[in-house]
Amino acid sequence: MIDKKLRGAVAIAGVGQAGLGQAHGYTEMEILVQAAQRAVADAGLTMQDIDGIATASVTATMWAMPVIEHLGIKPTFIDSTMLGGSSFVAHLMPALQALESGQCNAVLVCYGSTQRTSTIGRAEIANARRKLDPQPYEAPYNPLNPLSSYALVAARHMHQYGTRREHLAEVAVAARRWAQMNPEATQRDPLSIEEVLASRMVSDPLSVRDCCLVTDGAGAYVLVRADRAKDLKQKPVYVLGSSTAVWNRQISSMADLTVTAAQQSGRIAFEMAGLTPKDIDVLELYDAFTINTILFLEDLGFCKKGEGGDFVSNGGIAPGGHLPVNTNGGGLSCIHPGMYGVFIMIEAVRQLRASCGERQIANAQTAVVHGNGGTLSSQSTAILGTQAVL
Amino acid sequence: MSDATSTPAAGADKYYREQLEQGNFLIQRCLSCTRGIFYPRMICPHCGSDQLEWFKPSGEGVVYSTTIVRRKAEHGGDYNVALVDLAEGPRMMSRVEDLAPEAVSIGMPVRARVVDGEEGKMVVFTPAEAN
Repeated sequence: MIDKKLRGAVAIAGVGQAGLGQAHGYTEMEILVQAAQRAVADAGLTMQDIDGIATASVTATMWAMPVIEHLGIKPTFIDSTMLGGSSFVAHLMPALQALESGQCNAVLVCYGSTQRTSTIGRAEIANARRKLDPQPYEAPYNPLNPLSSYALVAARHMHQYGTRREHLAEVAVAARRWAQMNPEATQRDPLSIEEVLASRMVSDPLSVRDCCLVTDGAGAYVLVRADRAKDLKQKPVYVLGSSTAVWNRQISSMADLTVTAAQQSGRIAFEMAGLTPKDIDVLELYDAFTINTILFLEDLGFCKKGEGGDFVSNGGIAPGGHLPVNTNGGGLSCIHPGMYGVFIMIEAVRQLRASCGERQIANAQTAVVHGNGGTLSSQSTAILGTQAVL
Repeated sequence: MSDATSTPAAGADKYYREQLEQGNFLIQRCLSCTRGIFYPRMICPHCGSDQLEWFKPSGEGVVYSTTIVRRKAEHGGDYNVALVDLAEGPRMMSRVEDLAPEAVSIGMPVRARVVDGEEGKMVVFTPAEAN
């Protein structure tokens, strides 16, 4: 059932970031708390106003507890749903319900990671996960996961629809061109299609330039009921639609590698919002790998299945193209601290507040945020809008 | 069914591994909806039935997708990771052996083989023509 009374009932009142790029000398908890404090202050609230929390960690299974402890709050709503990188988009719907029911009054969604500068290597984490979260029917074949899973998807999409490496490269170059207009982006050097095509192959057909960055970073946002948001410090950004879908965990269990559960989450989120893709001004799609952007444009209905390659061609999603996608530079060129979902929420909010400076999309009133997690395992769509589209 | 084995007195994962260690590659079939199932499970992911039986698949399959994991020569060199659709329906991750990783292609007919892996026996595939 799609609960349309939740449409526009809650607004994002504050956003904050910390430790972007490299956070030498800081723990992930410390940069998370900095981002949280900035998001709360951005909303014009204090930490004592926060009585709901949603957070998740790549490694710590009981993560909400130390976060609550460090923040010094006593929340009546706690969500630590862990769906990989999409989690901080997926945290929306339970928070909407909790706010609407009166269970709490202000929800802080937060995440932080120092995977780039941490003394614990990613290989060490991967080895631990192999034991604690086993995938015994894939692991013996040594897929370089998550990368190889996305490579298998890209190979199939190319086979089935004639998508080419040049199309994937268009996604990487578009992200870089947006990043060049974002002072916070960590990769801002010029990047050409030819350079992407010539970059080192990692798991065919994906090269190193088809892959997201490995950075540190923390992000947070604050949700309150719409009536309260009007009286706070920032221009409210309303949550118009939210839906999350999981169909499988492993790539080997995905029925059709070219069709993601974003078809389900997108359909429901759009229906809740009462909008269609043609109503959307700006998109923030979780681009862990270049193929993701193409898949999500298709699955969310911005183009037909199989036509994503053509859609992104000739700078289609770059600055000056026909649809602005990943305006912060994305996980490919802006930031990617293990899980990236919170940052696409933040960028969409900033676009709808018209505070994006050089990369601002003129008159942006609606945004789609789409989070992805695992190996195309979880998909979460959010549709946000300004007062003008309430 | 003539190719079905008896019901094991253990979880599906343990039974699968025990059989594989003896060189037998078995998969499951749902007695309710008749669909083939892999990886081994306790209920049918298509209809929810717990009435599953084990059987020996034909071993025939087709490459559904493939990638080459690039690895330095001193660490063993490039290798293949593939998804194979078994003739009985289910898909599994595996690799195609007996040819260069870049020669593995989508749509290629392949045949299963049980080999020794680092952590016990495992199912790999070879080009069907080579058998």
